[in-house]
Amino acid sequence: MDIAAQSIEGGFADSVFNAQTVFRAVMDAMARPGSVQPLSALARPPAPLSATAGAVALALCDNDTPLWLDPALHASAAVISWLGFHSGAPLANTPADAHFAFVATPAEMMALDGFSQGTQDYPDRSTTLILQVSDFTSGAPLRLEGPGIETSATIAPAQMPRHFTEQWKQNNKRFPRGVDIILATSEGLACLPRTTRIKTMEA
Amino acid sequence: MYVAVKGGEAAIANAHSLLADRRRGDRSVPALRLDQIVEQLALGVDRVMSEGSLYDRELAALAIVQARGDMIEAIFLVRAYRTTLPRFGYSKPIDTGTMRVERRVSATYKDLPGGQLLGPTFDYTHRLLDPELAASADVAEPLQREAEAQAMPRVSAILAREGLIEPDGEMPQDHVPGDITREPLEFPMARDIRLQALSRGDEGFLLALGYSTQRGYARNHPFVGEIRIGEVELELDVPELPFAAPLGTVRVTECQMVNQFKGSAKAPPQFTRGYGLVFGQSERKAMAMALCDRALRASELGEDIVAAAQDEEFVISHSDNVQATGFVEHLKLPHYVDFQAELDLVRRMRAEYEARENPAKAEEKREAAE
Amino acid sequence: MRGQEARDQAERKAAMATLAQSSGDDIVRLWNEASLPSQAELLRGPETGLVTLRGRIGGGGAPFNVGEATVTRATVRLPSGQVGHCYALGRDKQKAKLAAIADALWQDPARRAEVETSLIAPLRSALTTAQEKRRAETAATKVDFFTMVRGED
Repeated sequence: MDIAAQSIEGGFADSVFNAQTVFRAVMDAMARPGSVQPLSALARPPAPLSATAGAVALALCDNDTPLWLDPALHASAAVISWLGFHSGAPLANTPADAHFAFVATPAEMMALDGFSQGTQDYPDRSTTLILQVSDFTSGAPLRLEGPGIETSATIAPAQMPRHFTEQWKQNNKRFPRGVDIILATSEGLACLPRTTRIKTMEA
Repeated sequence: MYVAVKGGEAAIANAHSLLADRRRGDRSVPALRLDQIVEQLALGVDRVMSEGSLYDRELAALAIVQARGDMIEAIFLVRAYRTTLPRFGYSKPIDTGTMRVERRVSATYKDLPGGQLLGPTFDYTHRLLDPELAASADVAEPLQREAEAQAMPRVSAILAREGLIEPDGEMPQDHVPGDITREPLEFPMARDIRLQALSRGDEGFLLALGYSTQRGYARNHPFVGEIRIGEVELELDVPELPFAAPLGTVRVTECQMVNQFKGSAKAPPQFTRGYGLVFGQSERKAMAMALCDRALRASELGEDIVAAAQDEEFVISHSDNVQATGFVEHLKLPHYVDFQAELDLVRRMRAEYEARENPAKAEEKREAAE
Repeated sequence: MRGQEARDQAERKAAMATLAQSSGDDIVRLWNEASLPSQAELLRGPETGLVTLRGRIGGGGAPFNVGEATVTRATVRLPSGQVGHCYALGRDKQKAKLAAIADALWQDPARRAEVETSLIAPLRSALTTAQEKRRAETAATKVDFFTMVRGED
């Protein structure tokens, strides 16, 4: 009963307007990589799925978008049934089948190239990764360049995947294929689309 | 080429209000209600549901009124509406064997279990216009007869016992049914995807192709093994319930076409089959679909592809009347710049032609122009 | 115990099927006649969406997608805690909400009998009557073949 109750509560109070608010935040964050878009807690998913990541799931995922959950999220039956009830999205069999991947502990996550990279004909078919990070200030600073950034932007999300800068360089090389990343904290979100380059910081 | 041209807003707005007026027509005639259309133009509603690919009688009736009875326009409206709705999931496959049958006939077996039930059919009518309908005469209640509690197995199951008919179409074990509403068409395509395209395909187009197979263009000796029309229950697996959610019932038409087949390098002599399954009471469409399904299995069965009905890319690419009407009807939209370019080209070619055919006259013309 | 659980599920599903097939007008009328409580918290919906209808190739073969159908669903919670669901063809949101409340009430052992007798039973009986009528009308169109004997022995 407990899991059942957790899985049906905490959806959007106003499904249309809440979904639009989240979509707007994701769109602006994708358009201006590295900018932090504030987002109030519109959804209340069961832990360890964060409120922001949960809201992104409700706004972007549906029956046609298979999801992949990292081991921390996958271990929670409440998270799985909450996502199933509110978004209708099925779980992907493998990371390469996932349209969206939710990651609660990015520091332990698998390599980016294990997810769908899209095809040359349909680069949009790659996985969009939603990484839960604690904040945008306490990690290693990333200097960003590319479309949507006038000169450069800097964020310092913590904790990021291992060897992230190197992995991202590889991701850039696969263009137009490659994954896009949404970083979610309790305050809001920021994005790293595949067109964004990370400039290596000199010490 | 498209060029942005401003202007015409007032004309467009006025045209649309004129459309609304003409659609309503003479105000002294009562306006149509949707329930009248649902009840009394039921087969038109069924056609809009099947080709609009959306099972919803009231919406189909609304579309028919809004389109002033233009069926393809109505189908277009329904297709556009569909795209605004989220998808909850894919139903469990319906079981036509448990259908609450309202009509069931077989042209291959006279005495089949469950019998031949004519139902509400146009067959055996004299096709004489009935002036009583124009006078809104009362209609008698239909007769009733005690129904026998007898199972009605599909005819294909009866033939299968003899081993002379191919089994129901199977796909590889791990095959996920394709969905043309999510993935672009790719050729060659699997039979399941083809059937989805055929089920929403234009009735007239499929009917003509089916007819062509009977007239010798890819002849495949068809018999109606069975047509059945009736209601089937629909169920959806949802995570929040420990059983499949019952959604209610839908009316569908199923046609099993049975075809004599001489055998090929790929398959022994036997009866092969074409399958039709369509929303509502849509018998002609289900038959045409089954004929086309069979013809399109040519390469699977090792037959030579010699006719249009066997050409998958030709049939499937042109079966959708919303796509077809979009491309044909766009020709009436402004192509002013396009046409100017062509006009210049034709003038130049004509001048060159004349210069070639009649150099003296062309020279004269040029001098006169100077 | 397990047998009881399976029977309960089958009965609950049958009640949901009856609600899904019945018209919204009939449900509202019986609801008011029986003065069933309609107070409930909406947890999801009522909202309308699509379900893709699947058939099987040849009737019994591999599944394929035929087309979509409109479906309206709702999930509610009663003040007493039971959560009820409804999925039903069509776009009737009032019906979906009431059917979800009926499903929640049905799960309350103290209310089940009332829901069954005042709502589900009359709906089911109306559906059965309509189906029997259709069946009998169809049966009247059954062809009775008789063989013409030609010539003499």
